[in-house]
Amino acid sequence: MIEFQLDETSGVATYLQLVQQVHQALRMGMLEPGDQLPTAQQVVARLAINPNTVHKAYRELEREGLVRARPGLGTFVTRSPSGTDPATQARFLAALTDWLRSARAAGLDPGDIEAIYRTAFRDCFAEGVA
Amino acid sequence: MSAVITASGLGKQYRRTWALRDCTLAIPEGHVTGLVGPNGAGKTTLLRLAAGMLLPTRGTITVLGQRPAAGPAQLARVGFVAQDTPVYAGMTVADHLRLGAWLNPGWDGDLARRRIGQLGLDSRQRAGSLSSGQRAQLALTVALAKRPELLILDEPVAALDPLARREFLQGLMEAVAEDEVSVVLSSHLVADLERVCDYLIVLVASKIQLAGEVSELLASHRRLSGPRRDPGRLPAGQEVVTEGHTDKQTNLLIRTDGPVLDPAWAVTPVSLEDLVLAYMSRAREGTPARRPRLGVAS
Repeated sequence: MIEFQLDETSGVATYLQLVQQVHQALRMGMLEPGDQLPTAQQVVARLAINPNTVHKAYRELEREGLVRARPGLGTFVTRSPSGTDPATQARFLAALTDWLRSARAAGLDPGDIEAIYRTAFRDCFAEGVA
Repeated sequence: MSAVITASGLGKQYRRTWALRDCTLAIPEGHVTGLVGPNGAGKTTLLRLAAGMLLPTRGTITVLGQRPAAGPAQLARVGFVAQDTPVYAGMTVADHLRLGAWLNPGWDGDLARRRIGQLGLDSRQRAGSLSSGQRAQLALTVALAKRPELLILDEPVAALDPLARREFLQGLMEAVAEDEVSVVLSSHLVADLERVCDYLIVLVASKIQLAGEVSELLASHRRLSGPRRDPGRLPAGQEVVTEGHTDKQTNLLIRTDGPVLDPAWAVTPVSLEDLVLAYMSRAREGTPARRPRLGVAS
């Protein structure tokens, strides 16, 4: 069973934090198909958050096809997210590292680089990240 | 949308002072609703009117479709925890549960005993010797064991230390998850409201400044920061809530029905606290339209 944490300074909506933590746990192998998620009651008793927030997160995970609610029993993992294969991830990591090195060589400081990255990220995903 | 509390032109006068005046609102069922506003906004008066502890001077209020405290059946449907979560200091924890069972037809003794057990309270202890956190938990237990359809709490956690506050809200949310009770609570502590409330009402001087589902309110507001400009020239569908200018820069908090496309703005999401403060300060200072458009503010 996983335990959710909340980062109140992240600016990420609470339900989305729960969704992301399940994604993360699936990627790391901490959750596998057949595993049960904590019940809404367990989550709210720990985090003191609104139960609807937990329901919303679980509905989202269900919509993504990662979990299934079994009435009276709980919510269970059905499959792992189809992550990109490791070779593709490595290729993009290498490309980004090259880009960061060249930005630093051009005299940009970490603040400049972060601002550029954030702007590009936001433009790319428009309002989808808010 | 079915409402748990509706008020129309509601007013309460004490001698010559109006504690609440011409208040009109509807609080939907199935939510944990946070009622926020400055001191003197009328929050406590509104909640006491809803609980039937006060009678209105003017206007009407209905709770679960009926007049508050209309009779024993109506009283049993509403749980009320007054400010500072009062208990009877000279009575033991067990006395509180006995009294609760005696006064409430729908009393759930199992629930009450289970909660007292979970909290680790000694049922022989006098309420006066409990910590403030324990007293609040006892008051919540009595209110929940009534099995109300609506639970009204006036500033339940204001006097509690951070740990006791968290424990109180954990217990409250657990009850909501279990019983699907509608909750209306007032609080100054917006950070707590952000966690527990899914509906928010900002009340200033008896008037609703903002009301809606928290997720929709957060999604429909943005903070904009960019080079100095006249906020009167924003596209249609973007309404300025608060504005601030320096000689070079303009900062706005806007309500918008779509994405902000103007590349000159740096756009950031708002927190619930930002929103509450923005609407409270707008109510105090008047709407932006009435203020000098290009006055320099911090």
